[in-house]
Amino acid sequence: MDAANTSSAVYTVQATGLNLWYGDFQALRDVTIRVKPGIITALIGPSGCGKTTLLRCFNRINERYGNVTTTGEITILGKNIYDRDVSLSTLRKSIGMVFQRPNPLPISIYENILFGVRAHTPRRAFNRRQRDEMVEAALRNVQLWDEVKDRLRHRGTDLTLEQQQKLCIARLLPLKPQVILMDEPCSALDAEGTERIEELLDTLCRDYTILMVTHNMAQARRASHECIFMLLGRIIEHGSTLDVFLRPQQAETAMYVSGHYG
Amino acid sequence: MHGIIDVCLDVEPVSQPAWSVFRPSVGRPWFIGHVKVNSECRRATVPTVPQSTIAASETPERHDLPATTAAGGLGEVGLAGTRNPFAASPLERRKNAKEAIARVVLALFTFVLIAPVLAILVYLVVKAWPVLGLSFILENPANRMTAGGIWAPLVGTFFLVVISLAIAAPIGILGGVYLNEYAGNNWRTRVVALGVTNLAGVPSIVHGLFGVGAFVLFAGMGESVLAASCTLAVMSLPVIITSTREALNSVPMAFREACWNMGATRWQTIRTIVLPNSIGGILTGVIFEVTRAAGETAPILFTGAVFFKGGLKEHGLASFFPYSLNEGCMALSMHLYTLATQVVGVSEPIQYGTAVVLIGLTLAVNSVSIGLRGYLRSRKKW
Repeated sequence: MDAANTSSAVYTVQATGLNLWYGDFQALRDVTIRVKPGIITALIGPSGCGKTTLLRCFNRINERYGNVTTTGEITILGKNIYDRDVSLSTLRKSIGMVFQRPNPLPISIYENILFGVRAHTPRRAFNRRQRDEMVEAALRNVQLWDEVKDRLRHRGTDLTLEQQQKLCIARLLPLKPQVILMDEPCSALDAEGTERIEELLDTLCRDYTILMVTHNMAQARRASHECIFMLLGRIIEHGSTLDVFLRPQQAETAMYVSGHYG
Repeated sequence: MHGIIDVCLDVEPVSQPAWSVFRPSVGRPWFIGHVKVNSECRRATVPTVPQSTIAASETPERHDLPATTAAGGLGEVGLAGTRNPFAASPLERRKNAKEAIARVVLALFTFVLIAPVLAILVYLVVKAWPVLGLSFILENPANRMTAGGIWAPLVGTFFLVVISLAIAAPIGILGGVYLNEYAGNNWRTRVVALGVTNLAGVPSIVHGLFGVGAFVLFAGMGESVLAASCTLAVMSLPVIITSTREALNSVPMAFREACWNMGATRWQTIRTIVLPNSIGGILTGVIFEVTRAAGETAPILFTGAVFFKGGLKEHGLASFFPYSLNEGCMALSMHLYTLATQVVGVSEPIQYGTAVVLIGLTLAVNSVSIGLRGYLRSRKKW
């Protein structure tokens, strides 16, 4: 336990011997990783290698998708999140998730930002001024404030895809998350939108630990500091992005990053 | 492959009967029959069938085929089409003819679909014309039901529908929410879903007899408004549950995922996102059920609807509450049945007038429901 506490100062997220089954199918095999705070870590690998499954383990949202068995340990901020005394609601409050397809809620932009806060605080916990400040701060953080400040009462679903994705990131921020999980956050966006989201991630990663799944190897290379390469449910290689792309240690990694398969 | 298909098409008009356009399966045996035909056979058939010329011109690659194929007589005829490379081939003309026939036939069937509705409406209104008017609706039946209006049955139907929905809607909607949002996909849920489906298929007269046993006799309600409403409620439940589940299913999963990932509980998700976005669909289902409950005779026949109820107030506030819950009531559908089969000497317009009011009520409520659905759909953007 001491070891875990000391190492948590260095690593925000640690998975140890993690196995996961969907029914009889084993999707993750003995996964052990350590993720550092303050950087963007990318999960890369061909389709079906377990990237998204692994990502979903970190806020235990997998359990909502039916017949899932998990063994092993995931320690976040020094606490095994699979312990019995972990409240899923509180866990998900501090570990936010951004999806492949932007999914703002069909309510106003203002209410989208406040949704998480409202779900976790009693009614009337904040007065109007505090709420306005929260919304403005969150939207400024994702560089969306100037674009939407005059239409905060419009539906979140009316925005462009890029704005929607920024809104989806912004609505996590009032919850003060420790970790932000991103499941291919740019795959629904055009090149410009992708570029701006990547810039945004670059500024956000100083305050949050960001774990990003991506199919796009160029994006992993551009936008991440560390890369984890997965294949068939196993971790093949974990290192700094430059090392993984330029000096891969494993033959599979070399084949994948050079485009031989995937 | 081209060769084989061409052969099929070439021979097609010779032996394909005209009615075969109505039989989609007709093409299959043709194809199978000709798969076995080899290329010699094709060459042999082609010159004997006059249409072959065009069959060649409608596959442009054929022009470039080597001399062996062109020797079959296809090449030079194909080149004749160079004047207009896009001219319709006989095959295409046949295709277009079938298209035209299909369009006409399908339109005809659509007309057959709506013609009875229009015919019934027109016929009813014409027959009922002499009595139609406000007084017909606002007066009670009089003179052994051979005169007067339909106020008492109308109010009775209103009572039955409102009370049955007041019972069925909460149970159906909340049960539907549980089944769709909470219950896992396991055998218990499937058994419940199967039960609901089967309940929807139970004939209404069986519901009526169940109502006699359960509500009139066992629960001791007697033949009353309450017993009849409960019976109608049981009949309405499966439809309300099903339409509720459909409405909930139409809310994208992504919204739920978004909520859960911010740590919202299922109930918070349902209350703030799922229900507000599906309430329109749910209400539409409930409103449709109004018309079904209003039109049913069998479930109320033995449980609470009466032949005639005398001594009802005709004017003033009291005329709106002619029945107490523990006594029987008149109902429009039952009244219509009575007028048509049980009472001697009822003038035709009164019978038809009753039918017009019932059907008009149904159409009006359904239009509200459809309008509401259209409005809510137009507001949705996702």
